[in-house]
Amino acid sequence: MTPATGTVPAGDAAGPFLPDGVGPGRVPPGRRLVEAVSDGFVVAKRNLIKVKRVPDLLVFTTLSPIMFVLLFAYVFGSAIRVPGVNYREFLMAGIFTQTVVFGATITGMGLAEDLQKGIVDRFRSLPMSRTAVLVGRTAADVVNNVVVIVVMSVTGLLVGWRIRSSVVEALGGFLLLLVFAYALSWMMAVVGLTVRSPEVVNNASFVVIFPMTFIANTFVPSEGLPAGLRTVAEWNPVSAVSQAARELFGNTGGQPVTSDAWALHHPVIYALIWVAGILAVFVPLSVRSYQRAAGR
Amino acid sequence: MTDAVLAERLVKVYGKVRALDGLDLQVPEGRVLALLGPNGAGKTTCVRVLTTLLPPDSGRAEVAGVDVRKHPDRVRRMIGLSGQYAAVDEHLTGFENLDMIGRLYHLGRGPSRVRARDLLAQFRLEDAADRPVRTYSGGMRRRLDLAGALVARPRVLFLDEPTTGLDPRSRTDMWQVLADLVADGTTVLLTTQYLEEADRLADRIVVIDHGRVIAEGTADALKAQVGGEVIEVVVAAEKDLDEAGRLLSGVGLGAPTVEAHLRRVSVPVRAEAVASTVLIDALRRFDAAGIGLLDVGIRRPTLDDVFLTLTGHPAEQGRDGSGDSGGAARPVDSGGQDGSGVPDLPDVPGAGGRDGVAAR
Repeated sequence: MTPATGTVPAGDAAGPFLPDGVGPGRVPPGRRLVEAVSDGFVVAKRNLIKVKRVPDLLVFTTLSPIMFVLLFAYVFGSAIRVPGVNYREFLMAGIFTQTVVFGATITGMGLAEDLQKGIVDRFRSLPMSRTAVLVGRTAADVVNNVVVIVVMSVTGLLVGWRIRSSVVEALGGFLLLLVFAYALSWMMAVVGLTVRSPEVVNNASFVVIFPMTFIANTFVPSEGLPAGLRTVAEWNPVSAVSQAARELFGNTGGQPVTSDAWALHHPVIYALIWVAGILAVFVPLSVRSYQRAAGR
Repeated sequence: MTDAVLAERLVKVYGKVRALDGLDLQVPEGRVLALLGPNGAGKTTCVRVLTTLLPPDSGRAEVAGVDVRKHPDRVRRMIGLSGQYAAVDEHLTGFENLDMIGRLYHLGRGPSRVRARDLLAQFRLEDAADRPVRTYSGGMRRRLDLAGALVARPRVLFLDEPTTGLDPRSRTDMWQVLADLVADGTTVLLTTQYLEEADRLADRIVVIDHGRVIAEGTADALKAQVGGEVIEVVVAAEKDLDEAGRLLSGVGLGAPTVEAHLRRVSVPVRAEAVASTVLIDALRRFDAAGIGLLDVGIRRPTLDDVFLTLTGHPAEQGRDGSGDSGGAARPVDSGGQDGSGVPDLPDVPGAGGRDGVAAR
């Protein structure tokens, strides 16, 4: 029996079968970082191969925003009037925001599925970086979101949406949407690793996300809401992201913000504060959940 | 000799269930140990602790001299794990699965690919290598999963119920694959519900129940303790059951099992005895006693037989029973139970008992 104390010197226990780089010794921090990045890429690649082979998920996550664009543009658009701006232009930023918020559930569902199928167990038994599965997952979901945003932009342009700002501002708007979605992905990662069932992730998030994206200025200006609800909507980060995107795309029709809420006067800053806050809380939390995650 | 795997007084409690209750284990380098026990005995929990997936509540575990709690990352570089369910990605091809694992072991891009192709050839998956795993059969998925555990040529291999859920043909295939592996000198810890599997693959068998070791030894030693083959008879008339039990306890080892609803009585024979001789001897006695029989037979011992002999309760029974009934190995004492030679057993559904352990 080997004594419990002390460490095994590198190479000592490495048998003749071990290839280079596989052994019980310590890994220097620099190499560890390189490995972590490479691990993240390997996992992201794996997730993207899956999207390629099973495009259903991508198709449906893209179809539903297209449906929303068409429904709101042609059904509600005929009844809803937003002062000073074409409703279809007003609408697009909101639908972009709603779509990326819903898109974050894919992160949770993907992790829950991996957990259920024992794939997380396999990953956890490998000497890979402890964050790679999460980094790879969330990174792949950014790629997903880019595809979805492109498809939606084209649909929007077809129904009369126009970007009326500069290229830089417009790119800034898309970037903000992606960054906000990225933060939410980490939040959903915790949900996925906790509830362990893709279906439950889907249903649970629906119950939260639907009101979250509707009690906001996504589809209608928040000014008209009853007092209590209006305050919620004004400080809802979804409103800030919608407002910021709307301004960055030049879709406000030059109308000033009538609300007194600081959040709507500084939507970009307010949205970025949320992004930072979510990441600060949920990155460590999801790493912890991952390490404790038990398959079946 | 160093132990490739060492566990000392491992404890893991889930609520009221003591999944591991002071488990001790040693697997010497290059040996194969089978952890034998029914569902819920603590086998998977044990493997999860040893493979760094689960921290124990107390106790100590080492793999190749490295503490699993203090240096999980170093342990992970030396082990391979193939779990109870094939943990392969359905949407990736067989090659992509193995290549990914190689990359995550940091073998490097080129060597990962070479290793993946080699393993696919070794596991007869070449033809399916570039097809998504979703098109694979259950047996092929298991082989791929096992190949995944071997990517980095681990010093210690953990296999959690490698053949559960496989059809008999795939199971025999898998046994051949495992036997080859074992012949290469890899240290293996495998868990199983099948005595036959443990017998075939392992040098030593550890029987566990309620998270504790209840018996340990070579397959032969275990058989000497629990008996070899089992002879069984089905009596024509129910009234003859007690007498049949008495007669069989005279020829076999330990207390016979009586399954009243099937009118069946069975008893293991001593390991050194020839079962057919014992059966003929028993038949003469039945004949002399004038007991009519509908069926007679010889079968190999199952996990249930082992449990019955070691603990006095069948494998399935232990789950809802009192916590300490399976605590320690009970000396095998033939005809020991209240004079009748018939253990005090409720009706156990026959079919489940005969195939090892029925699914719960």
